[in-house]
Amino acid sequence: MTYNERLQNVAVLGAAGKMGSGILLLTAVHMADLSLQNKDKTYVLYAVDVSDKALTGLMDYLRVQVRKLAEKKTNWLREIYADREDLIENFDIIDEYIFHVLSIVRPVTAVEAAYGSSLVFEAVNENRALKVKLFTQIHENNKNDVWFFTNTSSVPIHLIDEEANLGGSVIGFHFYNPPAVQRLVELIKTDNTKQEVVDFAYDFAKSLKKIIVPSNDFAGFIGNGHFMRDGLHGMKEAEKLAAEKNIPLYQAIYMINKITQEYLIRPMGIFQLMDYVGVDVMQFILNVMNPFVSDEELHSDLLDKMMEQGVKGGQFSSGAQKDGFLKYEKGKPVAVWDVDKQAYVAFDDFKAAADTMLGEIPSTVVPWKATLRMKNKEEFFGKFYNDLKNTETLGAEIAMRYGKRSKAIGEKLVSDNVANNADDVNTVMLTGFYHAYGPINNYFE
Amino acid sequence: MAAGYNTISLGTGRKEFNPRKPRPGIEHYIKEAGQGVLEQIGGAKNVDESVIGNFMAGRFNKQGHLDGFIPMIDKGLSMKPAVRVEGACASGGLSLVTGIRQVLAETAEVVLSLGFEVQNTVKAIYGADILAMAGWFKNRKKGHAYFFPGQFSDRAGAYYEKYGFDRTRKGMARWYANAIENARLDPTAQEYHNATPDPYATALKMQPNGKFFVDHLTVLDCSKVSDAASGITICSEEGLERMGIDKKDAVEVVGFGHAVRDITSDPTDLTELETIKYAAHQALESAGITIDQVGTVETHDCFSIAGILAVEALGLAAKGEGADYVAEGKTGRDGELPFNTTGGLIGWGHPTGGTGVHQAVTIWQQLTGKAGDAQINISDDRPYGLTINMGGDDVTVTSIVFKRG
Repeated sequence: MTYNERLQNVAVLGAAGKMGSGILLLTAVHMADLSLQNKDKTYVLYAVDVSDKALTGLMDYLRVQVRKLAEKKTNWLREIYADREDLIENFDIIDEYIFHVLSIVRPVTAVEAAYGSSLVFEAVNENRALKVKLFTQIHENNKNDVWFFTNTSSVPIHLIDEEANLGGSVIGFHFYNPPAVQRLVELIKTDNTKQEVVDFAYDFAKSLKKIIVPSNDFAGFIGNGHFMRDGLHGMKEAEKLAAEKNIPLYQAIYMINKITQEYLIRPMGIFQLMDYVGVDVMQFILNVMNPFVSDEELHSDLLDKMMEQGVKGGQFSSGAQKDGFLKYEKGKPVAVWDVDKQAYVAFDDFKAAADTMLGEIPSTVVPWKATLRMKNKEEFFGKFYNDLKNTETLGAEIAMRYGKRSKAIGEKLVSDNVANNADDVNTVMLTGFYHAYGPINNYFE
Repeated sequence: MAAGYNTISLGTGRKEFNPRKPRPGIEHYIKEAGQGVLEQIGGAKNVDESVIGNFMAGRFNKQGHLDGFIPMIDKGLSMKPAVRVEGACASGGLSLVTGIRQVLAETAEVVLSLGFEVQNTVKAIYGADILAMAGWFKNRKKGHAYFFPGQFSDRAGAYYEKYGFDRTRKGMARWYANAIENARLDPTAQEYHNATPDPYATALKMQPNGKFFVDHLTVLDCSKVSDAASGITICSEEGLERMGIDKKDAVEVVGFGHAVRDITSDPTDLTELETIKYAAHQALESAGITIDQVGTVETHDCFSIAGILAVEALGLAAKGEGADYVAEGKTGRDGELPFNTTGGLIGWGHPTGGTGVHQAVTIWQQLTGKAGDAQINISDDRPYGLTINMGGDDVTVTSIVFKRG
């Protein structure tokens, strides 16, 4: 089966979810483009999800997003539709293209739709049993040589392969959120994964203009392997700070969030990032990962408490941030959750005192955004963190410790053979998490 | 002509422009420009007839029958004649020459001439479709997604090939820099807030890239997508007296040209704007003057290459030397012959159907000393101003010669 043939009948499981909808969009557009260049072939993409309501929302999302993509490649579309005399204006051409992409997509609630597919993307919940059940069912009923691309960010792929009896036809193809924007894909093959599946995965990623980083098949892989431990460290630092300085935990959370954003020069603080991912998702992933590690405990009582109190973060379907550790107004954090009183406390109530405790940040600091186009990044970070090292403030002390811990996490991913090398760890954090510098560096020595 | 008025030119570049927020509609612009004129002329009672120029409200705003908006400006305009004219981006110029003819025909002593366009209602990729209607629709299919940038890209490409790329790009970069520097002096200009430290270097550095836009132009070579309106009165001496306006606050129309080329035929020479050449010479001839008596020019620089080609069409430089003429600073505000002193279409903005009227308002401001910070020195031996307003790819052109009142 050629690359093109493989993509003639595809299914996305969990297509209406946060990740699934992005995967569906990218795949639908890629398939539509192939079909426009191979007009004698039929292309079908099943969008499988559990509710009709969610699938209706998915189709609305697709229509809007495909238009945006089409508007960016109108020149190409004009060439592709050059022989269609009825399509003259950009208006006509873009509308036709949107219609074409949507006509490839079949929204369905029945998983049986995937029985005829040659390729199945899976983006359902991080529930191993569910994934295995779906794959087993499809594999048993599918007469094609069907391949499975799972978007799991934590479940070891070899377990899915074994439990669903897939014979090496499964690979981890882990997009980052949102898939339509983030360029990183973590690729996880097992010892059993067929080489042709791997080759196809590379070709597919290339077509989607994605950057592939191979990760070995250990729960959490590189991205979550780093982020989960980084998040746990953040929560531990907050608890430690609260105890040592005898301040409320919520204030300590604010301070650690500030340090991780402003001192570590990251796009957002660690607690904001945990809210972005979702407290529930984070807890879920930790639960998946923890049984597979023996030398550490990937668990947080604080997360459990947040879940018990129903404070989960995550995003609304509009993409707006839900309240979690922090409360948001117009996307910006303004208050922090007090687990004792079970209410948000406005930053304004304690910010001045907290900032004073942290002390002055060296004046050479710049916001994360300003580092994006910086040409001499290494020189800048080398100097800034040297300044920070020589600053005797509480903020500097915690930040230095954080930077070292982040590096240790990265190095352990390499020594544990999750990542093949330090560059891969850094690439994941740079492209998947938009860090300004990779965690494996010498800035915090 | 007297009592000119420009609204601001709203679009990218203006601080108050936010594409995601609702903006004023055509009613706002027509009313503001119309009332801005009426306030200077003693009210609507002094207007005999009105002309409104607009290109594509039918598609940008889903609105036709535009003369019906004239009485909305002021009840005093109700039951008076009004007409809408359209000639693509020369619609504003047509509004002016229509008014001039009405006065010359003595059917009116005072004509209110308006021009407007509100274009930011659609994204640029769709706006390109709408503006493409200034070309022959049968050519649309084979044209570029950005149709008009594509047309003028072909002209620029032909010019590069004939006369040299680097040399031409220097002229085009200087044209852009002049536009920005002039626009910064006019608070109504779309690039008024532009703070680029070195516009010339920025424009020179940016290379055309057909993958992202068109082959031979950068976005800095293009005029703006604008929402704006302009208004002015065209009147006889009796009309001026009736409005109570002193002659020193008015400009005299001493000649004009108006020519149209067959829209279904391609230009004979891509490196020449033949209709502009024809109409501008007609204007100068009818005024009985030569270009060296002109103190300032407002030309239709929908693209920087069109500015350079207009310099050649006016005979200021030989063919192939217009780029050098511009590069040497001769069209700058302190140059030999200042062009587009409030930024032109690239700097002030290009509300397509309003541009022709805006050009007349700028000339009126300069010749009557009302140009504020953008004021240039008009010497007594060169008391004339000239406008060139073009519709489509050198299809419809109006050109007017003005003299200090």
